[in-house]
Amino acid sequence: MTALADYNFAYLDEQTKRMIRRAILKAIAIPGYQVPFASREMPMPYGWGTGGVQVTASILGPHDVLKVIDQGADDTTNAVSIRAFFQKVANVAVTTKTSEATIIQTRHRIPEETLGVNQVLVYQVPIPEPLRFLEPRETETRQMHALEEYGLMHVKLYEDIARHGRIATTYAYPVKVAGRYVMDPSPTPKFDNPKMNQSAALQLFGAGREKRIYAVPPYTDVVSLDFEDHPFEVQTFEKPCALCGARHVYLDEVVLDDKGGRMFVCSDTDFCETRREEGHRGEMLGDIKEAAE
Amino acid sequence: MYVAVKGGETAIANAHQLLADRRRGNRELPAIAIEQIVEQLALSVDRVMAEASLYDRSLAALAVKQSRGDLIEAIFLLRAYRTTLPRFGTSEPIDTARMQIERRVSATYKDLPGGQLLGPTFDYTHRLLDPDLLHDTPVEAPAGRTDADEPVMRVSEILAGEGLIEADGELPADHVAGDLTREPMEFPMTRDLRLQALARGDEGFLLALGYSTQRGYGRTHPFVGEIRIGLVDIELDVPELGFAVSLGEILVTECQMVNQFKGSAKASPQFTRGYGLVFGQSERKAMSMSLVDRALRTQEFGEDVVAPAQDEEFVISHCDNVQATGFVEHLKLPHYVDFQAELDLVRRMRAKHAQPHDHQEAAE
Amino acid sequence: MSDQPLLNVRGVSKFYGSRVGCMDVSFDLWPGEVLAIVGESGSGKTTLLNCLATRLMPTTGCVQYRMRGGNLRDLYQMSDAERRFLMRTDWGFVHQNPADGLRMTVSAGANVGERLMAVGNRHYGNIRTTASDWLERVEIAQDRIDDQPRAFSGGMRQRLQIARNLVTSPRLVFMDEPTGGLDVSVQARLLDLVRGLVSDLGLAVIVVTHDLAVARLLSHRMMVMKGGKVIEQGLTDRVLDDPREPYTQLLVSSILQV
Repeated sequence: MTALADYNFAYLDEQTKRMIRRAILKAIAIPGYQVPFASREMPMPYGWGTGGVQVTASILGPHDVLKVIDQGADDTTNAVSIRAFFQKVANVAVTTKTSEATIIQTRHRIPEETLGVNQVLVYQVPIPEPLRFLEPRETETRQMHALEEYGLMHVKLYEDIARHGRIATTYAYPVKVAGRYVMDPSPTPKFDNPKMNQSAALQLFGAGREKRIYAVPPYTDVVSLDFEDHPFEVQTFEKPCALCGARHVYLDEVVLDDKGGRMFVCSDTDFCETRREEGHRGEMLGDIKEAAE
Repeated sequence: MYVAVKGGETAIANAHQLLADRRRGNRELPAIAIEQIVEQLALSVDRVMAEASLYDRSLAALAVKQSRGDLIEAIFLLRAYRTTLPRFGTSEPIDTARMQIERRVSATYKDLPGGQLLGPTFDYTHRLLDPDLLHDTPVEAPAGRTDADEPVMRVSEILAGEGLIEADGELPADHVAGDLTREPMEFPMTRDLRLQALARGDEGFLLALGYSTQRGYGRTHPFVGEIRIGLVDIELDVPELGFAVSLGEILVTECQMVNQFKGSAKASPQFTRGYGLVFGQSERKAMSMSLVDRALRTQEFGEDVVAPAQDEEFVISHCDNVQATGFVEHLKLPHYVDFQAELDLVRRMRAKHAQPHDHQEAAE
Repeated sequence: MSDQPLLNVRGVSKFYGSRVGCMDVSFDLWPGEVLAIVGESGSGKTTLLNCLATRLMPTTGCVQYRMRGGNLRDLYQMSDAERRFLMRTDWGFVHQNPADGLRMTVSAGANVGERLMAVGNRHYGNIRTTASDWLERVEIAQDRIDDQPRAFSGGMRQRLQIARNLVTSPRLVFMDEPTGGLDVSVQARLLDLVRGLVSDLGLAVIVVTHDLAVARLLSHRMMVMKGGKVIEQGLTDRVLDDPREPYTQLLVSSILQV
């Protein structure tokens, strides 16, 4: 063994890409349906985005501009690692600017900025089956999807309200896609669920370890499950972002010291930076403009 | 030919000689040195120390060499040695808050006092075979830290500040920590003994059980509050001196898993914890251990035992790989006598079955 | 009772290999009618019930069911999806062991509400009110609505199972030894409750029992099975008071009169 062989563009061989593209096409044709695919062993561990990476590798072209985020941020270690992987194996242009990207691979967030028709959002999915924690057996859950037997999902929501007075699911909040399949949106906070509905961008979901791909085509209804008298609600934050002063965005809690000091800042780092470049200032940076808001 | 002969002594001696030969391999290559194993196969050494419950790098490396790299065999060797050692005393509990940290990550906070410190991790390496390692390519010295000695607060303390997480478990004042290797095991176990059993339990078995909880067989809603790896002081209280003296430092991996708990009639909702602590650097083991620890506390929180990982007897009785390998492999020992009895029975039943039946069973 | 049968059963047989489960069973069931199938353990009555409820596929035979729209459908020609829909809306199945028919780890309210949610009810308040009403109807205190059936006695569990089945106003309910696991005083109370509900709601019921007292109390008509075959059938009072077959005579004489 001397030199290792060269890798194909975007790591995967062309046969594999075609197989994955067929799965993606089927997924787009049946919105919210989990299409089994022959997931490959990837050079990163299962659970770290192998599904998303395979989907991205299969749709990536030499002229694409790639953005990778994890928890909303471009600078988290796993996002940095995956971005570096595609730079190495595909030599594509990368960006942190949401608006410049043609493909955005994400873990756990949807960017705050509204996505457009020429963009694809690729989600990394750990557990694609929304019914999994109600029924562990795959044979059963596939049957439940086939027969559209989703009563059990509402039983869970009913129990939440009966015990806690509210629906106690905060992330991976189940949605119904195009009025048919109940789908797991991946562990994004439920705050992001409304962004999936009627989105102009194509949304693709890849689960490598569980070997499933599913999709939400552009302009598709995505409805969060709820009750008429306990409607779906997103999280709200008491204060705006401490750095850019943004409201109605998802915030991360940052612990400042061991005396209980903490601040809240945008989880979407690109959104926050763009606002600061535009002159917005939050409390930590001397709240100049936002004080009036 | 495999024949049941008496006086197999020569056969055994010859087999052992062959084993020694195979272990040494090609004599034209230099023999591997214990120091090389300690330095370059450090994670194998760590696993052997952890599952043998004996912290001694050189002895663990010797066991790895003697076992030809079979780690369960090495664990077995080191445990057999450990049994012979006298106990001089019991150290003070180690204080991981005062750990000299080499790696520390939290998945629950983006940034926190003390920072996130990646340390020597495989994470974010791309698993591409590295041809440089075919040769002894020089390796650059790593970047060092400047603030290495400051204590770093634990994530559990951040949550405890708001009462959001359960406190450390309390044991009665006169409780003496048990010793699994000196006392017979009884179910149900106290948590100290259970954690001992998990700490020396098989990494692969605990990994699979931890994984099963993530896939719905006993779900616990886990978040990695914190993983920290580093050196901690071992101190022994010497009654004659009236104070604790330091015996040295050991490398440990600690994992505090933070789990959702919706509360019960008795307790208000708060986060609960699963705990993992192992000798050396082994995040996989510490994380699996903390998942299984939390799963095994199911009944404590009034939840239903529905999955294997929640069943204390099942988990603890099967997590010890030296026990497991012994019993599985014992099947290759002679069982001629029992088998003869079975042979006879099957022959009789077949003879009976071959006779034509003339009656039909009544409907049920 | 309507002038058209709800269920037409023709020549239903089930074989397990060469062994007979049930053989050549035919009958009609009218809306609002309670039919008891009695026989000893092993007589084939449970096999027949499972065939009728499509939990088992018979070896031969045909069962037609009159849908709410009035049209007759062959149960064994329906798709899985149609059958399962029928099972959770228009039918009920009460198991001998309540744990087989309940979700033991969700609350009583959710147990009753599940079928409502499965057919698209999405108003929490209405679901809860309906569940609460049903608990009252089956004599379970309404403040137990958030308790899990694990905390209930055997009799309460069985009543909860009945409420869970009846909440979608089914037209046909199958019952497999509904009082089987209960002690005698609890049995009597449950039978009274079931008799009241059946007549109030005009339910058609097929109940399998080895207990002639259950048949006497609940059913209008009964069938006696032995060795997989129906050996005698007729109005319950007639069969019990004037049994024609020697085997039925033996059965009737071997129990205490009720």
